[in-house]
Amino acid sequence: MSLFTKFASLAAQYRQLEEAGANPFNVSFDSVLSPTEAMLKGRSVLLLGTNNYLGLTYDPAVIAKAVEATERYGTGTTGSRIANGSYAGHQELEQALAGYFNRKHGMVFSTGYQANLGMLSTLAGKDDHLILDADSHASIYDGARLGYAQVTRFRHNSPEDLDNRLRRLKDTPGDKVIVVEGIYSMLGDTAPLKEFAAVKRSYPDTYLVVDEAHSLGVLGENGRGLAEAAGVEADVDFVVGTFSKSLGGVGGFCVSDAEGFDILRVVTRPYMFTASLPPGVIAATLEALHQLQTRPALRRQLTENANRLYDGLAALGFTVGPEPSPVVSTVMPSPEAAFAFWARLLHGGLYTNVSLPPATPKGLALLRSSVSAAHTPAQIDHAIAMFAEAGRELGLIPAAGAKSQGEPVLATAK
Amino acid sequence: MGGLVGDIREIIFETLRSSLPKPVEITENTHIVEDLGLDSVAVMDFVMEIEDRLDISVPLDKIAEIETVGDLIAAMQNLRAGS
Ligand SMILES: Cc1ncc(COP(=O)(O)O)c(C=O)c1O
Repeated sequence: MSLFTKFASLAAQYRQLEEAGANPFNVSFDSVLSPTEAMLKGRSVLLLGTNNYLGLTYDPAVIAKAVEATERYGTGTTGSRIANGSYAGHQELEQALAGYFNRKHGMVFSTGYQANLGMLSTLAGKDDHLILDADSHASIYDGARLGYAQVTRFRHNSPEDLDNRLRRLKDTPGDKVIVVEGIYSMLGDTAPLKEFAAVKRSYPDTYLVVDEAHSLGVLGENGRGLAEAAGVEADVDFVVGTFSKSLGGVGGFCVSDAEGFDILRVVTRPYMFTASLPPGVIAATLEALHQLQTRPALRRQLTENANRLYDGLAALGFTVGPEPSPVVSTVMPSPEAAFAFWARLLHGGLYTNVSLPPATPKGLALLRSSVSAAHTPAQIDHAIAMFAEAGRELGLIPAAGAKSQGEPVLATAK
Repeated sequence: MGGLVGDIREIIFETLRSSLPKPVEITENTHIVEDLGLDSVAVMDFVMEIEDRLDISVPLDKIAEIETVGDLIAAMQNLRAGS
């Protein structure tokens, strides 16, 4: 047991949650019924924390493709692309992604986490520099640690601080690789990508990687993410993303115009030394990508739902993130309050997420929700009503009718 | 140069004091994580304040090696001297 003594204080907190019978980190659904409903301990719950942005997990065409491919090509590839061979679907999906993003090259990974591990550890070598937004996802930090580059972080969403860091490196040899996200998964805020792109352009040997994990299918005229929405796709050298959110599957990708891109397939360890995605997942993702492109109504519905929830919670007096997005988080006064609120919502039949430091910025305890295009306006309104009831009961928001005090919106600018 | 070394020390103590929720006695032997209760992100955020003040960038692997306030002062002095 001494191996685990380093986790003793965490283990005690975890046990407490278990004993209270409400552990947000150990939820197991009896069954999932649809993108928005599941059964939990014999009761029906409304799902408001699944990242299932377009609600494609139960799309009949997507399911049909998964079934067909599984029957034809089997359940798994039982090996890696380089050692055991690719199936036709892998290349087809890579070409489809490249085509969708108007890029020359595409590469598929087994998860988005691995896409970041692979790209960041490989793009920047020993004498290069990775410059990360401070609020980057764990997979970006881990990718940076896996490689040999010098890693520094700049203040979240601050083009000025990014500029400072590039200036300090001006006379240092080596390439500079900047990494930012489209929509940040904790507070739902977007990066000032136009400004970042301008900073990047003003320095030589500097490249920009954008992780569109939460913005693919969500932002941009064609759903290509924040780079499209901000009109700076030409300045983005590498787009990474995941199939596990808007595309309703599992897997990750990178697309790029970089010349010689394909050499990455034999130097990127998180691509090389793991099994490739099963045929059913590949076929489902291809179909989901097709749906994403041909059903812009899904994106409009998602945006409407996101605004409805964001505005509704802000009006109740909750402190919400700096801008509406499908990720809608409310700031809790403490982790204990977040646990109590989460448990109270779940008791009433609403499933959300708890996010705590160090995964969250600025030491915030968050009650995190994510919205789907599959939610009906009535479901969103029901969720808001539950937030109101539980929030008032726990004293997190003013009583009905009372004016809310303080700043309802969390400003991120420092 | 002696003045600069003293400055860095002073800047670090000052920044550390102002970023803690409550006043704590700080010496060079103070252990940043254990004694001050900062988590990994809080340490990185606090180093950012010092980076601004000294106009330097501290690589994450250097931050990971830092255990005490004394380590921090030494790391900053080295980076400043090297830049
Ligand atoms: C910004 C970001 N990048 C990458 C990932 C990893 O994606 P995946 O679930 O495909 O591993 C996530 C998901 O949690 C994310 O939020």
